[in-house]
Amino acid sequence: MNDLTTVVDWSRWQFALTAIYHWLFVPLTLGLSVLVAIMESLYLKTKSEKWLLATKFWMRLFGINFAIGVATGIILEFEFGTNWSNYSWFVGDIFGAPLAIEGILAFFMESTFVAVMFFGWNKVSPRFHLAATWLTAIGASISALWILVANAWMQYPVGMEFDPEQMRNVMDNFWDLFSGIAVNKFFHAVFSGWALAGVFVIGVSCWFLWKKRNQEFALLSIKSAAWFGLAGLLLTMYTGDGSAVEVTKHQPMKLAAMEGLYHGQEGQGFTAVAILNPDKDWDNDENEYIFEIAIPKMLSILGRHDANAFIPGITDIIEGRDIINGDTVNTISYAERIERGKLAQAALRNYDAAMEKGDTSAMQAAKDELAKNFQFFGYGYFDNVKEAIPPVGVTFWTFRIMCFLGGYFLLFFVVVLFLVYRTHLMEKATWIQWIAMLSVPLMWVCSEAGWAVAEVGRQPWTVQDLLPTKAAISDIPASSVIVTFWLFAVVFTVLLIAEVSIMCRQISKESQKNLSTSKA
Amino acid sequence: METLNKIWVFYRDGFREMTVGKTLWAIILIKLFIFFVVIKLLFFPNLLSRDYDNDQDRAEHVRKELTK
Repeated sequence: MNDLTTVVDWSRWQFALTAIYHWLFVPLTLGLSVLVAIMESLYLKTKSEKWLLATKFWMRLFGINFAIGVATGIILEFEFGTNWSNYSWFVGDIFGAPLAIEGILAFFMESTFVAVMFFGWNKVSPRFHLAATWLTAIGASISALWILVANAWMQYPVGMEFDPEQMRNVMDNFWDLFSGIAVNKFFHAVFSGWALAGVFVIGVSCWFLWKKRNQEFALLSIKSAAWFGLAGLLLTMYTGDGSAVEVTKHQPMKLAAMEGLYHGQEGQGFTAVAILNPDKDWDNDENEYIFEIAIPKMLSILGRHDANAFIPGITDIIEGRDIINGDTVNTISYAERIERGKLAQAALRNYDAAMEKGDTSAMQAAKDELAKNFQFFGYGYFDNVKEAIPPVGVTFWTFRIMCFLGGYFLLFFVVVLFLVYRTHLMEKATWIQWIAMLSVPLMWVCSEAGWAVAEVGRQPWTVQDLLPTKAAISDIPASSVIVTFWLFAVVFTVLLIAEVSIMCRQISKESQKNLSTSKA
Repeated sequence: METLNKIWVFYRDGFREMTVGKTLWAIILIKLFIFFVVIKLLFFPNLLSRDYDNDQDRAEHVRKELTK
């Protein structure tokens, strides 16, 4: 087996495994912290003890999730330094600045106020306690902001200039990092956390109803979580629409892979249900789908907010064809991108040779040549245009899993809200209680699928157009990556089991108490 | 000094009164030990920091790697 391929593949699997596990904890922290802050605000406004008890119950579950999940993301940074050292150096301060801000500002903000949240009851004033709860929630979201800004830069690298002497990208405009991709990605991720927390709270509360324990508390929690989750989901859909427009503009290959689309057209339909043809390739005449049900013009509406707009497919993009406002436009074909990428790399080699000789004029000439073609630098690593196509099947299916589950949860919140406001319907209908409990893991599947679309769909790039995974990797033996892959698999699985078991034990224990009033 | 003392008492009492929190703190400490001592030190060195003394050499190494 080719060792480079093995190292790249195992490193990618390792990064994916770590990110997937990390993302099991993060969205619940993002969503539950806000929901708890809302509940505490309602307690302060109404002075009703039921809100206080609800706040304390959900705050404890938030604390368990926060404690188990905290620092799992740091492993990703370890992997950058060991497995992806070329990448780490190449991205320079562009990536480092947001992560440093995340570490200093947001993490310390969260850590400080989370202590007041848990230790401060009866020790600080109610208003100060509420402020600490909100600041913990805001700190968690700000923390996500910097991570997502860094991630968005990898999808759409802007605000920097490449310096061949330092061999890194140097930031020239910090505010450019807040691109449309970054803003949409941030809000999409945070609001999806709200929806996830809503489903979680409803699922746990339905377990209370099913067990016929603390029904008043459960109904109160369901009502707040259903409104909160519905708002989160609608906002997730809105920002998802914004993301689709940005992806169409800046990562058309990802959009084409999400649709399994090879030959685009004006008024392009959205493939609602389909079976992909495994024999289809960008340069053959096979049909794209074995079976397909499409919603007419929908992809054009989603991607370019115009029912008659052209959406390019994989073949169109590779061949450099697009239609803008009815005019056929020649974009830069992938063959030309590869050629220009190789020119950029040759210029970098010339720069290196000139630097060794101390020939400053040759260095400047090489630098100018590099700047002319740098935007296609990463294509120079490919010998065949096919290498620049993302895994279509995974991107296509994870996108559909995310969309279908998103639609399912919209219906779920509406049904739950309808039932919970009908006297006794929610308490009696065990079918909805079971659906709610079984929906909890489905919400995580939806959330993880969203990340898979974003990350698998941008392959083969670590930094879009500039650095493919095979160039970003360190020169390390595959065996060491394989060992740490399994080490992480064990450590994270143990953490997950610990989280689920501590949470279940806590829920069961708390359910024995009276959660409607402390006076009973 | 009084403020520092208040902060100390706040945290001390908070930790003392914890129930499930004690288990969680044990998990956090074990986890941090595994992450920063076992995993980071034994398996995840920062290769460029370990193998090169200055940024110029690191840049040189990456330039060779990316153009080989």
